[in-house]
Amino acid sequence: MTVETSPTPYTPTLNLPPDAPSDEFLNQLLRQSEQQKVNIHTEISGWLQELRQRSAYDVTKQRMPSRKDEEWRFTDISELLGLTFQLPQSGELTKNAIAPLTLPEAKQTRIVFVNGIFAPNLSDTSGLPEGVYAGNLSNLPLDNCYEAIKYIAYQDGDKELFTALNSTGFPDVAVIWANPNVIVETPIHLLFISTVEEQPSFTQPRGLVIAEQGASLQVVEHFAVASDNQCSDIPKNRPYFNNNVTEVFIKENARVNHTRNQRESGDGFHIGKTAVSQEKHSHYTCNAITLGGKLSRHNLHIWQKGESTETYLNGLTLIGREQLADTHSALYLQYPHGVTDQLHKCVVDDQAHSVFNGKVHVPQAAQLTNAGQLNRNLLLSPKARVNTKPELQITADNVKCTHGATVSQISADELFYLQSRGINAENARNLLLDAFAGEILERLPVASLQKVLAQCVACRTYE
Amino acid sequence: MIKENSEVILSVRNLHATVEGTPILKGMNFEVKAGEIHAIMGRNGSGKSTFSKVLAGHPDYEVTDGEIIYHGENILDLEPDERALKGLFLAFQYPLEIPGVSNLDFLRVAYNSKRKAQGKEELDAFDFEDLVEEKLNIVKMEASFLERSLNEGFSGGEKKRNEILQMALLEPSLAILDETDSGLDIDALKIVAQGVNQLATPENATVMITHYQRLLNYVEPDYVHVMQGGQIIKSGGKELALELESRGYEFLEEQAIASEVTA
Repeated sequence: MTVETSPTPYTPTLNLPPDAPSDEFLNQLLRQSEQQKVNIHTEISGWLQELRQRSAYDVTKQRMPSRKDEEWRFTDISELLGLTFQLPQSGELTKNAIAPLTLPEAKQTRIVFVNGIFAPNLSDTSGLPEGVYAGNLSNLPLDNCYEAIKYIAYQDGDKELFTALNSTGFPDVAVIWANPNVIVETPIHLLFISTVEEQPSFTQPRGLVIAEQGASLQVVEHFAVASDNQCSDIPKNRPYFNNNVTEVFIKENARVNHTRNQRESGDGFHIGKTAVSQEKHSHYTCNAITLGGKLSRHNLHIWQKGESTETYLNGLTLIGREQLADTHSALYLQYPHGVTDQLHKCVVDDQAHSVFNGKVHVPQAAQLTNAGQLNRNLLLSPKARVNTKPELQITADNVKCTHGATVSQISADELFYLQSRGINAENARNLLLDAFAGEILERLPVASLQKVLAQCVACRTYE
Repeated sequence: MIKENSEVILSVRNLHATVEGTPILKGMNFEVKAGEIHAIMGRNGSGKSTFSKVLAGHPDYEVTDGEIIYHGENILDLEPDERALKGLFLAFQYPLEIPGVSNLDFLRVAYNSKRKAQGKEELDAFDFEDLVEEKLNIVKMEASFLERSLNEGFSGGEKKRNEILQMALLEPSLAILDETDSGLDIDALKIVAQGVNQLATPENATVMITHYQRLLNYVEPDYVHVMQGGQIIKSGGKELALELESRGYEFLEEQAIASEVTA
């Protein structure tokens, strides 16, 4: 696939009815979306126009969720409502500025989006093999572009408020697309960077990953913030709102290993959606790491759309201070011989609050399913808080399903055992914490990321 | 090995300890000198295991009276790791399984903690592996054990051998083996016993806590003590263990009651 020059950006109207949205905050965001310029081939502008208007209509029929809504019972987003957002004003970053965010394993397989907009000067795809595209929608040849838009915003759950909101105003689309039977062994780094500005900014990055029949991909999706070399975790009272959506399509016999590394700044609000459709005999692995953000929510939805489909979900949330991190996953099995295994771990320090809700739907048609789910939480402080809700809905009668949730502190007996070997209490505690987080980190396919994150675990949890 | 004038390693005087307010140790007196091997026997609930945990400094046990003098120093206020660094070692009856901590990393951190405390340079990963592989022979363990998580999925015998491996690395001056023989088949018992014998020197001492005389066939004690009701009620040579084996604990309890009556 060749790279063409970008078409001129233009702004499709949302046709917002003047009095339609009753929710003031959503109204504010929609008005911002309406101003969002988009880089796109003019030939598909009709499609975009239709999508944006349809999505705006879906948004206006809803209101911002509150804790009275079952899906948001434990996650209070009222703090977001007090802020006035605008579209990012800047967006120019240098290679040096993003160097700390890059992965040595993906030096020449990296695409970078700043505030959701493709940044060719920061990207390098020279290391990609034949038959795989990584870039943005407008650089795809037109024929492929017509094909690609058939995937965007047509999955179930597309009308969900924040997903629809993203569809009203994404400024660009990141595309990773592997042709049939193309095996890409090098991880592809999909780096979404937010720039922090004087005024609270509102960005809506959008991603699309397609693995055609028999293809195999490793994607490291990374949400980061352009910061001044210091650790971005420290809040500096510069809030911004990142409302992102990434859709993943895995065809028959294809495999996608998806690492999702959420490292917003300590001031960031992050609401993210990962929506995955899997065809028969396909494999999907998600390694979702959540360290960043003042308030974050990850909605992870997977549909198994064929027999003998395998889904593996690994999650690690590591939060402190007053952070809130919410993971809502939903797995929809629909065919026989489906396999799923989920392990979601949370380490919660200070006054932080983690929320986990894991739905697994096993309807009558999904016989011979093998589903496992475990959520383990480690509380490091008396004021840390956890809400966990494994939710298995099983109507099939010939299945093997297990689930569980644990909430614990560091075990006194384990500490004593390590101390009795001469390891002091602090080191013993750290060894146990590293081990807890390590069970997820060791599943990451990229060694440098394992190392960086292990250091972050240490930095966060060692007093 | 009993030697005249050898150094007193451990001297426990009138030790009283409680767990959650319940008294378990009620006036324990016990002395160990360099080069000696002691066996403490007794029924379940006699306080044997509590005694070993109190020596190692388990936080659940509160010492209400008495003292523990180790190499001339009262160690009651020391943390478990500080006691360990001074050369006190407890082989656990039930070694804990710690998923995610590799056995090798654990052994290296423990070993280097000791090196650091002694003012020596820490060993790097390569040098340490050479050292540990040498020690593996003592307990006839495969090197593959080092790569596994600490005790995770180990059989009972493997866990106990791993305890002796730790002992071999840390070279304690006082090793307390809490029911190290329990749950071992005869082959594993022999390996563990050989390890203990190999590690015993004229400078260190070993205290074996056990129900049965079985282990004492392979590790010959210099002294045998019987605990009952949180105290040592009788001490003797290795023949005492044989007597217990053939006559049971009752005869001692009768003697104890009789002596109380006469006193």
